[in-house]
Amino acid sequence: MSVLVQESPFSVDSQLRILLASNRGAGLVTFTGYLRDFSEAGAIEALELEHYPGMTERVLEELGALAARRFGLRGWRIVHRYGRIEEQDPIVWVGVLADHRHEAFSGCQFIMDTLKTKAPFWKKEFMRDGRVVWVQSKLDDTEREQAWQEDVYE
Amino acid sequence: MLTVRFFSLIREALDCEELQVEHNAAMLTVDDLKVSLVGTGGDQWREALYQPNVVHALNQRVVNTDHPLKDGDEVAFFPPMTGG
Repeated sequence: MSVLVQESPFSVDSQLRILLASNRGAGLVTFTGYLRDFSEAGAIEALELEHYPGMTERVLEELGALAARRFGLRGWRIVHRYGRIEEQDPIVWVGVLADHRHEAFSGCQFIMDTLKTKAPFWKKEFMRDGRVVWVQSKLDDTEREQAWQEDVYE
Repeated sequence: MLTVRFFSLIREALDCEELQVEHNAAMLTVDDLKVSLVGTGGDQWREALYQPNVVHALNQRVVNTDHPLKDGDEVAFFPPMTGG
């Protein structure tokens, strides 16, 4: 039941241990998002993630609590970095614990789909060819988030 | 006083992270604040603050621009979020 927003890199193993030490559940689902080496704009060297300190933590806390209520989660943890991120570094990690697999899968996906468009982060890509590009929000991400409001997955 | 914050593309377009703005009786809503900022800043500010999809936050919650304002509020302007 916790949120961590930090600039320095994190270890996925240690985040998993923190989640498992705090709660028990029959089903565990985790998602780790890594920085890709390419985007629509081309080959990426690094990413700079800006965020809104204070609002970020609050949005993620409320999102975790909402997911816990909606899917009956026994435990959850959301970890997100900001600042400069190098290729293949983890950017985001979400772990949830539930009594059954369906709730665990759904809870984790709901948190990730909602976080993409509701948590105040903005990505700026540093391309290998020297260009610097702000990432545009994707219609696909907005539609996935809205689909949860229409309960199409349940 | 209102604290006004800008993030991402909008921060860069305005070359401004944060402003303190005197709150007056005529500044009833977030819309009124935008009109006042553009009145002071001019075309560059109009272009940045009125581009489609600008997100408005009041005290760190997303709101519509007709949301009422009060002294001491923190207002933020930013483009759609791209987390994860």
